[in-house]
Amino acid sequence: MAEKESLFSKKNIQLLKNPLNTDNPITVQVLGVCSALAVTVQLKPSIVMAISVMVVIAASNVIVSLLRNLIPNRVRIIVQLVIVAALVILVDLTLKAYSYDVSKQLSVFIGLIITNCIVMGRLEAFALANKPWASFLDGLGNGAGYGLILVVVSFFRELLGSGKLGGWEILGHKGKTIADSTGLYGFGYENNGFMLLAPMALIVVGIYIWIQRSINVKLIEN
Amino acid sequence: MDRNSNTYTFMFSSILVIVVALILAFVSQATKSKYESNIENEKMQSILATIGVAVDRDKASGLYNDYIKESLTLNADGSLNIGVNAFDINLHKELKKDANKQSFPLYIAEKDGKKYYVIPLYGAGLWDAIWGYVALESDKNTVAGAIFDHKGETPGLGAQITEKWFQEQFAGKTILTDASAGFTDNNFISVRTVKGGAKTDDAHAVDGISGSTKTADGINNMIQERLAHYLIYFQNN
Amino acid sequence: MELANIFIKSIFIDNMIFAYFLGMCSYLAVSKTVKTAVGLGAAVIFVLTITVPINYLLDAYILRPGALQWLDASYADIDLSFLSYIMFIAVIAAMVQLVEMIVERFSPALYSSLGIFLPLIAVNCAILGGSLFMQQKDFSTITESVVYGFGSGIGWLLAIVALASIREKITYSNVPAPLRGLGITFIITGLMAIAFMSFMGIKL
Repeated sequence: MAEKESLFSKKNIQLLKNPLNTDNPITVQVLGVCSALAVTVQLKPSIVMAISVMVVIAASNVIVSLLRNLIPNRVRIIVQLVIVAALVILVDLTLKAYSYDVSKQLSVFIGLIITNCIVMGRLEAFALANKPWASFLDGLGNGAGYGLILVVVSFFRELLGSGKLGGWEILGHKGKTIADSTGLYGFGYENNGFMLLAPMALIVVGIYIWIQRSINVKLIEN
Repeated sequence: MDRNSNTYTFMFSSILVIVVALILAFVSQATKSKYESNIENEKMQSILATIGVAVDRDKASGLYNDYIKESLTLNADGSLNIGVNAFDINLHKELKKDANKQSFPLYIAEKDGKKYYVIPLYGAGLWDAIWGYVALESDKNTVAGAIFDHKGETPGLGAQITEKWFQEQFAGKTILTDASAGFTDNNFISVRTVKGGAKTDDAHAVDGISGSTKTADGINNMIQERLAHYLIYFQNN
Repeated sequence: MELANIFIKSIFIDNMIFAYFLGMCSYLAVSKTVKTAVGLGAAVIFVLTITVPINYLLDAYILRPGALQWLDASYADIDLSFLSYIMFIAVIAAMVQLVEMIVERFSPALYSSLGIFLPLIAVNCAILGGSLFMQQKDFSTITESVVYGFGSGIGWLLAIVALASIREKITYSNVPAPLRGLGITFIITGLMAIAFMSFMGIKL
């Protein structure tokens, strides 16, 4: 590696950009699906979840990368789990104190970031062998790739399922009868409550993969 | 130093654990009071909402002291239990005990010169716990307001119990068949949700939520079961 | 009655995969053949049945606010619940190690069939999820937590075996190219989850 690599060299930009599409943690690497789906009923908790995961991946990547020459190999996994768990607890405490409503909605799913395979996967695959700055970008990129899916899925689920985005009634207000409704509901539009149920999250991700692979033919499996 | 030796592994782990524990303990102490006041304020906010006082969560505790005049803990026989602070009672735990050993919290509020009785509710919905508060007017018969919340009812169906249109229906309904016949078990009818919509002249029923019969049943049972325990107190006072 | 209720609920209604999507990573990766699916499923049942009760004890006697009272009444105000994530994951990682060593020592046959899956399980969300839901559900006895852990494990096994059998068949189907593999698996899981929703509201 060159002695002085610029902070945003082509290689580093790739680290940031690839996970958004061709190397997306959810739709291509198949990591971290667990917590991705359960929180996507509404846009707001998904965004908070995405940011939390991004912070945890980036920070744990940096810490592990800094310690990579110190961590004893035999207890590597446990050390990584402890670092990740500690960061997740910090995020959880912060949310409980400063964003109480969202933390109630996310409940146990914040804790499950610990076992989010993206975090462990990136630590093992990248941070243990790379310098802190590169690890930081890798963490940020993978966190963003994860967040992208969360935001897309929750956008469709909240819009079609409850006619709102981030809690705002953007399709108009639904009253008890068509006559008291405004906006689209005034014409007899109904929300598709099905979108709010858990199975639809899976199906929306399935469709996302379908579209992504139709555009990016290289990713098609045999 | 050899990174694979036992001493090194042991030392590394100890240092890591101590550092992590110190950081966590510090942050947890620093955020604890804020978190606890969030929970308390939310409870106060809910209680105030039943008597028609809408307030931001941050400002709930100030107004709570203005409006809530007394908070009582009742025994099953309607007598007062002085030793227990009503605000600290965890209904989830109380409900696991026998009905005659439970403590029943009751908040007495005063707004614009009128007295209100606020009763906390707790029960089971379709998936998980549901809870709420119902406020009765000074006749202890007419519902002044009700609010509900839930842990995991189906979004868009059962979860609609938190919506305004559902909760607003409860105001003005009465819990006794005959307002003058007293607070006896026979005369107590409670307020229930009716599938397909309540008759407009029914003073004890509200519209249910289509597609969520089980959650609505949970609401019915919860109100009926909880209010029944307060009849004896209402009769005596 | 209560126990039977918890058992049925944790298998069908609160199914780890179909209701909470927990353990999806290994669920998607290891569901290509029924045989490996059964192996991983069995390992998950095993580990959940052990870790949920252990974490229950940990929660009840150390972590919960006031849990340390059994040591000395003056500890009643201590609240260590902020440590629960880290303690739970440590117990899980240690248990997985221990189980792996015991199985290797006493049943080499079982080890060779389960062995490769055990390390995977430490970072399976379903295991940590089991403990976190246990904490949230506030069980009153340890038996309840055993039943809950066991039931959740069976639910997980059921889901992964069912998916694996479908995937074995689907290799003969003409799936649109971009959907092949991961895409169709997501959609199938979604449809299976819809079928599982018909169990909701069941109470014994």
